[in-house]
Amino acid sequence: MIVDVGLLYSRIRKDEKLLLEELRSRGHEVHKVDVRKHQFGLDGASVDFDAMDIVLDRTLATSRSLYTTRFLEAYDVPVVNGPETAQVCADKVQTSIALSQAGVPTPATQVAFTVESAMEAIEAFGYPVVVKPVIGSWGRLMARIEDEHAAEAVLEHKATLGHYEHKVFYVQEFVEKPGRDLRVLAVDGRPVAGMVRSSDHWLTNAAKGAETSELKITPEITDLVQRASAAVGGGLLGIDLMETEDGYTVHEVNHTVEFKALTDTVDVDVPAAVVDWLEGKAAQAADPTQGEVTA
Amino acid sequence: MTTCTECGADLTLHDDLEVGEIIDCSTCGTELEITAVDPPVLERAPELDEDWGE
Repeated sequence: MIVDVGLLYSRIRKDEKLLLEELRSRGHEVHKVDVRKHQFGLDGASVDFDAMDIVLDRTLATSRSLYTTRFLEAYDVPVVNGPETAQVCADKVQTSIALSQAGVPTPATQVAFTVESAMEAIEAFGYPVVVKPVIGSWGRLMARIEDEHAAEAVLEHKATLGHYEHKVFYVQEFVEKPGRDLRVLAVDGRPVAGMVRSSDHWLTNAAKGAETSELKITPEITDLVQRASAAVGGGLLGIDLMETEDGYTVHEVNHTVEFKALTDTVDVDVPAAVVDWLEGKAAQAADPTQGEVTA
Repeated sequence: MTTCTECGADLTLHDDLEVGEIIDCSTCGTELEITAVDPPVLERAPELDEDWGE
C-alpha cells in the first residue's frame, strides 16, 4: 500500500534522512512539514494535513512536538507518536510516575519545589545524587552531585538563572551502573534493536560520545520494554535501561528517538523496521477494524 | 560553487541534499542550514535551544 506520509520536522538529521530514503524507496509520497513555517489554528493549519494518511512527528524541539501533535489529534489526523505519549515522555516527572505506576523498575526519585526542600531530598538520598532538568535531552544540564557544597551551588544556580521549569527540582538516586547503559528502540513495545553505550563518564549518552556495541535483547529486556512502552502510551520509542544488582531499571523513555548511532552499531535495518511499523499504523488508521498493528 | 555565508569559504556539497539538513563549514565550523536545494541556498542554522533533543 502506497501511503502519503507527513513528516514534521524543524531540522533534518541523519535519522530523518534515513527515514526519507526508506519511505521514498518504497514509493511512498512524503510531505515534509517544517513546523517553523506554519501556523496551527483551532480549525485547521496552514498546511493541508488532510492529504496525509499518517504523520510522523520528528520535530527536534519538545515544545513543538507537544503542541503540533495535540493540534493534529484535534484535526483527526493520525499522528505518531501521539500527544499523550509525547506529554509523558517529554517530562521526566511524568515519565517517572507512569513507569512507577505500571510497576516498571525506575530509579528512586523525589520532586521538590524550593531549594530548601530539594536540599532535604538530596541529603536524604546521600551522595552522590543526581539532579536532572525535567525537560531536556542529550545529557544536558544533568548534575551528579558529590557533596553538600556542590548541591547548594547547583540548586542556587537553577533557582536563580533558570526558566521556571528549573525550579521543579527533580532529585534522583545515583545508580551505580557498570560504566554503561542500554538503549532499546521499540515499536509499540516490540524491540527492534538495542545497543550498549559505554563511557568512562557517568553520562553514557551517545550524544556525549559513548562507545556503542550491539545489545542482545533477552526475554527479560523484552518484557521490560513492553511494559515501559505501554506505561507511556506506546509508539516509536527509545527506552533506556541501566543494570543494577537487583536487575534492570528504566530511567528514560524518548518519544522522538534518534537512531543513527544504533543504525551504525547493529545489523538490523532500523529505518526499514520503522517504516514497516509506520505502514502498519497507516493501514490501521485507514481501516480501524484491522485492530492493533504492532509490526 | 556554494560558499559559506559566514566566512565565504567554498563548500563542496553532497548530491542528496535535503531542505532542513545541516552542514558544517569545514573552514569556520559554522552550522549552515540548507533552505533550498536547486540551486542550493544556505543560511546560518539556528542555535541549539534548551528543549531540543529526542
